[in-house]
Amino acid sequence: MNVDIQQLKSGEVNLGTSIMAVQFDGGVVVGADSRTTTGSYIANRVTDKLTHVHDRIYCCRSGSAADTQTIADIVHMSLQQYAQSFGEAPTVSVAANYFQTLCYTNKDNLSAGIIVGGWDKDVGPSVYNIPLGGGLFRQPWAIGGSGSTYVYGYCDATYREGWGRDETVEFVKNTLSLAMARDGSSGGVIRMAVITEDAVERLFVPGNQLPTFWEGLEVLGNSSGAKQPAVEPMAVEV
Amino acid sequence: MTSIGTGYDLSASTYSPDGRIFQVEYANKAVENSGTAIGLRVKDGIVLAVEKLVHSKLLVPGANRRIQTIDRHIGLATSGLLADGRHLANLARHEASNFREQYRAPPTVKNLAERIGQYVQVYTLYSSVRPFGISTIIGSVDKDGPGLFVIEPSGVFYGYHGAAVGKGRQLAKNELEKLKLPELTTREAVFEAARIIYLVHDDAKEKEFELEMSWIGDETNGRHVPVPKDLLDEAEQKAKEALENFE
Repeated sequence: MNVDIQQLKSGEVNLGTSIMAVQFDGGVVVGADSRTTTGSYIANRVTDKLTHVHDRIYCCRSGSAADTQTIADIVHMSLQQYAQSFGEAPTVSVAANYFQTLCYTNKDNLSAGIIVGGWDKDVGPSVYNIPLGGGLFRQPWAIGGSGSTYVYGYCDATYREGWGRDETVEFVKNTLSLAMARDGSSGGVIRMAVITEDAVERLFVPGNQLPTFWEGLEVLGNSSGAKQPAVEPMAVEV
Repeated sequence: MTSIGTGYDLSASTYSPDGRIFQVEYANKAVENSGTAIGLRVKDGIVLAVEKLVHSKLLVPGANRRIQTIDRHIGLATSGLLADGRHLANLARHEASNFREQYRAPPTVKNLAERIGQYVQVYTLYSSVRPFGISTIIGSVDKDGPGLFVIEPSGVFYGYHGAAVGKGRQLAKNELEKLKLPELTTREAVFEAARIIYLVHDDAKEKEFELEMSWIGDETNGRHVPVPKDLLDEAEQKAKEALENFE
């Protein structure tokens, strides 16, 4: 998702972000980078963009920090009310619908791209994407934020149905690392949550332990022992 | 008081000294004088049946239906004042549509019974209104499986395996208790429902009645629809035969 910097108010805190959620057999893995910026300044390098809205439902926030925090707070309240009045946990679909209604009815005043993921007893794991205009799309996996544009091809080529928990976590970790490496507005650490019927498990990958891929060392040369042509002093005529 | 009685029965907003609300009890009387309505919650569905008393030979057959559809998967049968039933059905339809709009999911019958119950209860609080003169049977097959509820004029509602309201409720309940409802199929329940309505009809008092029946189940694809003509005819035929053997 592209956030138009012009559209943000001057000084507004922006989640120029890499976020994603992937469904697997027993649950959902949600993940995000941790960079929050005000223009070129990194306002927070350890942000948690994965926000709890109910026991087994999380959302990944991208766009304006203020807008998405407010929306998540409102949905959090609505879901508590739902659980109280119906005596059962809300479904992910109900949660996604609350997000959609808010994002669509206030589309002119909001900058918010949200991915909702979680587990419920009706359908099991599910992921919903709510991009900028306030659409609502159920998807097996979803990526969002400015960093996501760099990794659509990687996701299309890599994602497979029928993965287990560990493979899905690896997929999220690798995708986010690649997005964070290319996108200047994403970076820091990776935060993830594995949501299953029994528990929500939070995972953390420090910035110096991110998986790495081809980084152009063969072209640029490196210091770690690969053969380098010896530098010889220029011949000088006497 | 102006003429007779204690005066405690003039308004729904006044308790009697022993804590009763006479207007609500009178509303129950309105139900007791009306044609029987029954509901069966079985293995894979719901059957609703009504003994619709025909007051005039001039009425068009099938007029003044007492079973109504609230949502594609929810049916409602009333016993008592016909117009009150229509009003409550319209309310239930609005509730169902609001629920769909808000949660983008079909309402469960429990959701609706709760809302109808709250609405009916409000009419037991004020002197400016009268309580509803109906008992409502509402049934559906939803995400929780088959569900059947009865809402009384006081606003209380209970879930049932089998429900009966109106004139013949006592006899109908006895018959329902003899059945193994959770083991019946919806098709079998149609025959039982028809038999019970024919059994409880007292033709010494009222001669003419129409049997009105609807069902929800696997055979209807989860929709609330009237029992098809051929099945209804067959069920009525068997009901009449059973009645002859019974007597």
